[in-house]
Amino acid sequence: MPLTIGVPRETFAGEKRVATVPDVVEKLIKLGFAVSVESGAGDAANFADDTYRAAGAEIVADAVSLWAKADIVFKVRAPATAEVGLMREGSTLVSFVWPAQNPELLQQLAARKVTVLAMDSVPRMSRAQKMDALSSMANIAGYRAVIEAAHHFGRFFTGQITAAGKVPPAKVFVIGAGVAGLAALGTAVGLGAIVRANDTRPEVGDQVKSMGAEFVPVDYVEEGTGVGGYARVMSEGFLKAQLATFAKQAKDVDIIITTALIPGKPAPKLITAEMVRSMRPGSVIVDMAAEQGGNCELTEPGTVCVKHGVTLIGYTDLPSRLARQSSTLYATNLLRLTEELCKTKDGQINVNFDDEVLRGATVIKQGEVTWPPPPPRLSAAPPQAKPAAPPPKPKGHGHGAGEPMAGSTLAIIFGIGAVLFWLAGAFAPASFLSHFTVFVLACFVGYMVIWNVTPSLHTPLMSVTNAISSIIAIGALVQIAPPLGEAAADGRPSGLILGLAVLALALTAINMFGGFAVTRRMLAMFRK
Amino acid sequence: MSANLSTIAYIGAIILFILSLGGLSTPVTARRGNLYGIIGMTLAVLASVFGPRVTLAGIPWIVGAMVVGGSIGLVAARRVQMTQMPELVALMHSLVGLAACLVGFASYIDTSIVFSGAEKAIHELEIYVGIYIGAVTFSGSVIAFGKLSGKIGGKPMLLPARHWLNLIGALLVIYSAWAFLQAKTPADGATALAVMTVIGLLFGIHMVMAIGGADMPVVVSMLNSYSGWAAAATGFMLSNDLLIVVGALVGSSGAILSYIMCRAMNRNFISVIAGGFGTAGGTVVAKADGQPAGEVIAISAVETAELLREAKNVIIVPGYGMAVAQAQHTVYEITRLLREKGVNVRFGIHPVAGRMPGHMNVLLAEAKVPYDIVMEMDELNGDFPGTDVSIVIGANDIVNPSAEDDPGSPIAGMPVLEVWKAKTSIVMKRSMASGYAGVDNPLFYKDNNRMLFGDAKKMLDEVLAALKA
Repeated sequence: MPLTIGVPRETFAGEKRVATVPDVVEKLIKLGFAVSVESGAGDAANFADDTYRAAGAEIVADAVSLWAKADIVFKVRAPATAEVGLMREGSTLVSFVWPAQNPELLQQLAARKVTVLAMDSVPRMSRAQKMDALSSMANIAGYRAVIEAAHHFGRFFTGQITAAGKVPPAKVFVIGAGVAGLAALGTAVGLGAIVRANDTRPEVGDQVKSMGAEFVPVDYVEEGTGVGGYARVMSEGFLKAQLATFAKQAKDVDIIITTALIPGKPAPKLITAEMVRSMRPGSVIVDMAAEQGGNCELTEPGTVCVKHGVTLIGYTDLPSRLARQSSTLYATNLLRLTEELCKTKDGQINVNFDDEVLRGATVIKQGEVTWPPPPPRLSAAPPQAKPAAPPPKPKGHGHGAGEPMAGSTLAIIFGIGAVLFWLAGAFAPASFLSHFTVFVLACFVGYMVIWNVTPSLHTPLMSVTNAISSIIAIGALVQIAPPLGEAAADGRPSGLILGLAVLALALTAINMFGGFAVTRRMLAMFRK
Repeated sequence: MSANLSTIAYIGAIILFILSLGGLSTPVTARRGNLYGIIGMTLAVLASVFGPRVTLAGIPWIVGAMVVGGSIGLVAARRVQMTQMPELVALMHSLVGLAACLVGFASYIDTSIVFSGAEKAIHELEIYVGIYIGAVTFSGSVIAFGKLSGKIGGKPMLLPARHWLNLIGALLVIYSAWAFLQAKTPADGATALAVMTVIGLLFGIHMVMAIGGADMPVVVSMLNSYSGWAAAATGFMLSNDLLIVVGALVGSSGAILSYIMCRAMNRNFISVIAGGFGTAGGTVVAKADGQPAGEVIAISAVETAELLREAKNVIIVPGYGMAVAQAQHTVYEITRLLREKGVNVRFGIHPVAGRMPGHMNVLLAEAKVPYDIVMEMDELNGDFPGTDVSIVIGANDIVNPSAEDDPGSPIAGMPVLEVWKAKTSIVMKRSMASGYAGVDNPLFYKDNNRMLFGDAKKMLDEVLAALKA
């Protein structure tokens, strides 16, 4: 019996998003599930009931029968108390929950003996990126924040020189270069503004620059990366330096967009009333942290107000203001999570606690609160996780050995060498020793010469050394027809030796001519 | 020509050979270097032919052998394709090895030169060592040729207890040496010599069979080194300093190349020769918890062309896959087109890219890529962050970030080209199969990486067409 996924209409005031879209419905059905959608659920996001029906979903007239029918409920906002009451025992809920901020809700849900997966608790790991609804929503919010700012800002973003006069470009300052911050600064750069950004994590500076904005560091040394790639609370000295930096920026810029959030804590107050007063009239502040109390002291969450001539935008529903886009992305995040839950594609789910992602996302399992999860094992910021990665090897490539050998190794090598030389000196005849001298010296000459060969010519080097090693032909030459005395010729198998030598000569001749010719051919190709 | 004159001629030849190798230090002087080598070789051969050790009776034989061998060599050199260079070089090494064996045998049965006492023992030992090295070089090179030309599978063949087999072989060789030195007449020693030769041949086969495709650069340079030592041993045998010097030059050249190759793979020479990959730490097992995960994002040829058109800095990293697909000419066409548009295109060559040292350089040179935009790894590794697009053509392990990030990886510590630091990296590959080292490549899963699946030549042709359009 395949499970039924139910998607109710969002009841939160002003919420326009919906937890699934027709395209995703088709894919959920392919995974083996049945899908029921409450009538009118997608209206605010411009998805009509008919499009859901066409995708294969069943349209249910009211919320009560939908909740009663659904084994799994997909939602955007955390359920209201009334909705919790509708939940069936043993069913599963997937939505934003914010367990840290809503402990009571968590208790209510646990009392209903349900399983709850919180989209806001999906661990931040590379594998879980496809399910990371916070990021996909933050991206949309960042975009929308700039659009809202542009709407309330009385000037162009881009600088222009027109017949009617010169228009300076708008200056935008983005605080917090997370997903939302980067999306905001990317959008602002796209509109032609001069964009600056600040973040407590210095390593995001490169990302900021890559988006075409300028990174404004705080002049204070402290590392701000917490577990899971989020920022953490900073020391007092740092905060002072940070506020000084922001105060300076506030006097200069036209638009401030703040995105600073610390998980599980109220948003840090970064823009003081004093700074707002110092801004030029007509300036705009978009406080994307309004829902968690706001980064600006004067923000009024949920509304737009004008104070000291500065427009303060405190919308808490920025993603919802781009409902069609955010619904589509959120629905895809849910689909990816469903794929993880239903690896067998048979319309059944398995909340596998061995899977780190599912473990992290699950806040209640069959009525038992499993939040908070054990700390994640992997950081989302790998370069920080392993600062002591193996240092690059000394690279003396191609020109002499890299690093001088350790003294002890050298001593051992010299020792062995000395013993061998002593053996040679003690037992070998004089004629051997003179050849041996030549041999050892030649090895050294070879060593010195070859290190100078450029690596790009290693193949020609091999073919030329190969050609040269056919010098062995001389060995064959002297055997072919040596001048022999009568006595010496006696008993010498001259015919056999001649045969062997001629064959050896022919073989080396192949090498000699072939080797030099092919080297020549290769070298002729190397040109500037 | 008197003995003294030919000795002087030999010294001249030695100097020319050293100059020849020295000339290869830059592409500009390399052609002259090759010429020095040819002159030196001519001088050495003429000095021997007209020297005191060759009588008139031998001239027709010499001319005949040289003409036959020389013409075969010249034809082969003209016909060979640049992608086949590793095979040709391996085959030529085998000829040197075989010649060393033959000369050794002939020297052994030659009774015209009589030694006694320690000199006799040394002389016979020289013959013995010379033939042994020759035999190993010969059979090893033949197998290497087979592997490089695809006639034998590239996978390492690992016999059970292969280290013991090698040890038994070595003991037998030493025992035969003792028996050989005890022999009173050539006929007595022949058995020991034959046993040793057979073991030498088997050892060469076994050694190269156990080595896998990507370790081939080490093997080829090692065989290069062996062929030199074989020549040097022959020189000792015949008391000829010219042979000794040249053998030592070639031998140390090959040894240095092997060393460079091993260092480029961050591997121990012994472990490469002992065969297989990572055999020191047991078999290669994909680590369960270290599996890179994430989504692989594919890209089409048209999109690749789009990216390239908008790029300012491009780095191309070729690997063996480019050689297999014979894609170097298309690569050059794309390079030329982009350079005309003012794009800064460069090539990054990893020391062990391909199947022999410098393989990629030769292929690119063949395709007329100017050598001043072909860089070594160390020269441009720092430039990737400022690069818009890096293209990896048929390479895998040499661009694997886990060599730097993951100390547990079998290739940890191997220097790699940091293509992932470019704004976008594009990997051209037939499939998602892992590289030679059997390690999955986290590069493929990086956010800024795109995969262009398909045959390198075909895909590059499509990219080129899209660029022209």
